[in-house]
Amino acid sequence: MPFYLKLEKRLEISQTAYYLVPIISFVLALLFGAVLLALAGANPWLTYRAMLEGAFGTAAQWQQGQFYSLSETLVKAVPLMFTGLSVAIAFRMRFWNIGAEGQLVLGGVAAAGVALFFPQMFPFLPESRWIYLPLLVVAGVLAGAIWGLIPAMLKSYLKVNEIITTLMLNYIAILWYQQLFQISWKDPQGFGFPGSALFPEFTWIPRLSGRLHWGLIMAIAAAALVWIIMDRTRRGYEIRLIGENENAARYAGVSLARNIVLVMLLSGGLAGLAGVVEVSAISHRLQQGLDVGNGFTGIIVAWLAKLNPWAALIWALLLAALFVGGDQIQISMGLPASVALVLQGAILIFVLGGDIFTRYRLRVIRSTAPHAAAQPAGK
Amino acid sequence: MDIALLISILTITIVAGTSLVYATIGEIITERAGILNLGVEGMMIMGAVSAFAAAFHSGNPWVGVLTALIVGGLMASIHAFLTISLRADQVVSGLALTLFGTGLASFVGQRLGPGGAPLVGLIGPRFSDVPIPLLSNIPFIGQALFNQDILVYLMYIFVPVSAYFLYKTRPGLHLRAIGESPQTADAMGVNVFALRYLYTIGGGMLVGLGGAHLSLAYTPGWTENLTGGRGWIVIALVIFATWDPARAVVGALLFGGVNAIQFRLQAIGTTIPASLLNMLPYILTIVVLVLITWFEAFRKRVGAPAALGLPYMREERS
Repeated sequence: MPFYLKLEKRLEISQTAYYLVPIISFVLALLFGAVLLALAGANPWLTYRAMLEGAFGTAAQWQQGQFYSLSETLVKAVPLMFTGLSVAIAFRMRFWNIGAEGQLVLGGVAAAGVALFFPQMFPFLPESRWIYLPLLVVAGVLAGAIWGLIPAMLKSYLKVNEIITTLMLNYIAILWYQQLFQISWKDPQGFGFPGSALFPEFTWIPRLSGRLHWGLIMAIAAAALVWIIMDRTRRGYEIRLIGENENAARYAGVSLARNIVLVMLLSGGLAGLAGVVEVSAISHRLQQGLDVGNGFTGIIVAWLAKLNPWAALIWALLLAALFVGGDQIQISMGLPASVALVLQGAILIFVLGGDIFTRYRLRVIRSTAPHAAAQPAGK
Repeated sequence: MDIALLISILTITIVAGTSLVYATIGEIITERAGILNLGVEGMMIMGAVSAFAAAFHSGNPWVGVLTALIVGGLMASIHAFLTISLRADQVVSGLALTLFGTGLASFVGQRLGPGGAPLVGLIGPRFSDVPIPLLSNIPFIGQALFNQDILVYLMYIFVPVSAYFLYKTRPGLHLRAIGESPQTADAMGVNVFALRYLYTIGGGMLVGLGGAHLSLAYTPGWTENLTGGRGWIVIALVIFATWDPARAVVGALLFGGVNAIQFRLQAIGTTIPASLLNMLPYILTIVVLVLITWFEAFRKRVGAPAALGLPYMREERS
């Protein structure tokens, strides 16, 4: 019997589809990855198991109370939580901030600058964590916020496309950072190692256990802050209104320029925080490894989380697991770690494709005469 | 500055600009059809890696070009399906394509060598410079313009052809119509969906070709992150060129020129830090974008396609 498929717009967004689509997409992306791995000559089942164990640990390790893998995954998740939140805020307003990467890098650079030079420049400052950690955080947040402010100002006052400006600013920030750790701030006693001197210990963010550090608590607090601002304040309502209908917002008297600037200060500041925790809690010096794409992965985190701050924390953890698992299979099975990147791209593609089912329903319409199909059924 | 140096800068400018020209015109065609594809970086790097792999295994660079065209088209068809049929957000879909493409290129780059080995560091077939008799003897510009690889010569033909197609032919008119006012085009009997698919995929093929020129001629071989953000410069160049193929050449050469000068200055050795020179194209992109946006009148005259980035749905009012 001849039939054709028709998309019908739903009157209301389907809540089931809304939350199911990312999960189904995750599964589909894993299936796609399995095909790719099989083509590359690897056993997909064993590979995924190795990734899972690499990211969360084996059952035996858990029984012995060893949570090393899980803690590494959490360490990797922390910067993604910050960048995911950063992107989510901007995307809520449909301000396409693709610049979290550069904002993160400069946040790290600013924190490193404070840690490296403030003790000599301001010797009267007590060399204590209680003084220095807030300073590092403020410096990093400011640096990220300023880097976010540039495209915000260009957008609100000159209507310059923010996609391009935020992107180009990434490259500028990364090149600047490379110049600093490779040449300008390079440790003269570093035996040619490209990196700054070790920060003094009172500028280190304390660790909880293993390499897991207080940045995780900061990220959860940041999610709470974002949730309160976006969902519980008038300002957040205005921002969401702009995102959903710019014209309606303008007629309602909402200032676009001011909200763009505010959102980007917040978005850039959060990305900057990711840089602060990376240098101050993990590497303890400015060296390579800040520009590994956390800003771009933040886009995936935000979109999979449907721009919801709490969901962003969870997706950051899942994507971090992919990365840590990817590293694991590179070590143990000699497979390229970039399989994690492929999987993430695939998840996002499947989510984008699946999103249509939240707004539309698919209907199979049967017809006996072929030309009747061209006409919508009269109802 | 001596003549030899100027000639060498001009030569590098043109060869560096070629991949940008192909990719920029590809993206112009896609955007003229009303589809914004931010996946250029992903399509370009997939074009580059697949072109090199295919050329390496077949021993023929033309097989590489053909493969890059197909791969670029396939990548773009993902974007076409997501945005045209499934009405996904064009910005995020393009970003997804870039993230997916850079990951996949890195993955296959480590497996597609002989016996599953990495492609990095292999030497494969390439397009070498072919001097055109007589023309290449023209003083000063002869060497730069007419002692290049064959893809550069193809570009000389391709640019006027694409401009002619866009402005002087009926299919070109339809292409502009579906990007300006899909409703009107639809009412005229133009198949908006089919043409948007066609030009998104066609644009992707050209972007793939731009990638092929990188790995087969400009910097022969495969390295991780070979495109180095060129795909994003292409997005900026489309705006710089105000969606016009001829101006795309000017922009691409300008960026190629910055590349060439920085290349030369590094060879000579200067006190300017390399990273500062490397920042130039990106700073320039922002400055140019600001200037273009600033001159409202100029922007309105040859502005963006009116329906750029908007999905077209027949039964619904957008």
